[in-house]
Amino acid sequence: MTGLFTTFAHALIALGTVVIGLFGSIGRLTRFAGTALSRLVRPPYYPAQLFEQMLVIGYFSLPVVGLTALFTGSALAQQIYIGGARFNAAATVPAVTVIGIVRELGPVLGGLMVAGRVASAMAAELGTMRVTEQIDALTTLRTDPFRYLVAPRIVAAVLVMPVLVLVSNALGVMGGWLLATQRLGFNSAQYLNTTANYLKLDDVMSSMVKAAVFGFFIALMGCYHGYHSSGGAAGVGRATTNAVVSAFILILLSNLIITVIVFGS
Amino acid sequence: MTAKIALANVRKRFGAKVVLDGVDLSIAPAESMVIIGGSGTGKSVMIKSILGLIRPESGSITVDGREVTGLRGRALADHQARFGMLFQGGALFDSLPIWRNISFALSGPARERRAAAIDNLARVGLGADVADLRPSELSGGMQKRVALARAIAAKPEILFFDEPTTGLDPIMADVINDLIRTLVTDLGITALTITHDMASARKIADQVAMLYQGKIIWHGPRAEIDTAGNPYVDQFVNGRAEGPIKMQLHSL
Repeated sequence: MTGLFTTFAHALIALGTVVIGLFGSIGRLTRFAGTALSRLVRPPYYPAQLFEQMLVIGYFSLPVVGLTALFTGSALAQQIYIGGARFNAAATVPAVTVIGIVRELGPVLGGLMVAGRVASAMAAELGTMRVTEQIDALTTLRTDPFRYLVAPRIVAAVLVMPVLVLVSNALGVMGGWLLATQRLGFNSAQYLNTTANYLKLDDVMSSMVKAAVFGFFIALMGCYHGYHSSGGAAGVGRATTNAVVSAFILILLSNLIITVIVFGS
Repeated sequence: MTAKIALANVRKRFGAKVVLDGVDLSIAPAESMVIIGGSGTGKSVMIKSILGLIRPESGSITVDGREVTGLRGRALADHQARFGMLFQGGALFDSLPIWRNISFALSGPARERRAAAIDNLARVGLGADVADLRPSELSGGMQKRVALARAIAAKPEILFFDEPTTGLDPIMADVINDLIRTLVTDLGITALTITHDMASARKIADQVAMLYQGKIIWHGPRAEIDTAGNPYVDQFVNGRAEGPIKMQLHSL
């Protein structure tokens, strides 16, 4: 009887530790985000840092995001063609491709690719700066690390992600069009006409809102995990992994929430 | 005379580990204080508490008689602007060239900041030719000197040195010690150094204090460290394995 009680108590303690840890993490993250946002609006600003981050996050992510969209758009068109043919609905390829790309795959895959590229790089850079005391050095050199390091990254990511996703959407649709016209025998003008008819402004707007939200989470996770890393090289490695994994989860979760809110009713 | 920096009964713990256990210390203006003590005795935590990078649980820290624990926002930034610090690893920003590192805290047009950086490089015995290099292109000793130039560039009232000679060969270590001594004397700066290098302590210090298990167990003028009559200080100063300080060779 005592043994059973002890086991039960141990299980409760384990559960409690996990729950407290979870709430502690959420609290720390919320505080970090709050500090970053409050510093973001007050000067001094660092436009050079902002420009550099926009270049790193936006411009240098273009090839990887563009290729992802191009390949996915093509594969999507092929699958819709095969699936649609069973119900004599192969003609739906352009409509379903454009909706699938713009509403979901463009922003989500773009977000995931940028998270893989950028959240990891931010966590590694800030993490190394933390363990080599460069972040402490900033504060002794009259510079607030939140304003100098965190704010430009968050603002840059929120600004450039929508543009990146717009390009990614266009390339995704282009991938579908390429495959449909080259392999599946679609008429080019007709394909583009149908695409234009089914592409709604709301879809594009939701895509850009998603992109901005994803950009926020990517930069927030990269900065948060990097800023709080400890324990030398291994700690920086952990921070990098955690940044990417948590950014992925937040992107997929927030995508679901936005999709349900915008398209669910 | 008011102490430049005074700590009274400062306590700080991380989880169950007590790092500072009631530290009392007073540093006079333009005095060079050296804190000696082994690894993990709380030296870095003490310095970071004075800088406001770490918040102690209790106790008082005053600079020029003004309480600085609990400062926030603008007041904390103003407080931190009074200090220059030489970090153990240099902590140079590796994405920036040397001159931008040194002039980081300065404002004004780039040409003036560059000129100021070159002036400060000369102070630490380096030429203008390194100004456009990156920190990774310099040797450890040169990086330390650049970090020193950066620490003094904004003309701080107080300088902190965290293990200034760690990782340097004995000759370069002595060069750094000489530089620190000269800068402190010439610029009339109040200096606080933490080190476990006794050669460095003997060269830099006006006053020496020993931190052990989160407390200052002895302090006095440099000349008295060999005749302190304190077995802990004696063991540390002479670097003996035998004595009251037991090294923890395995985790508990």
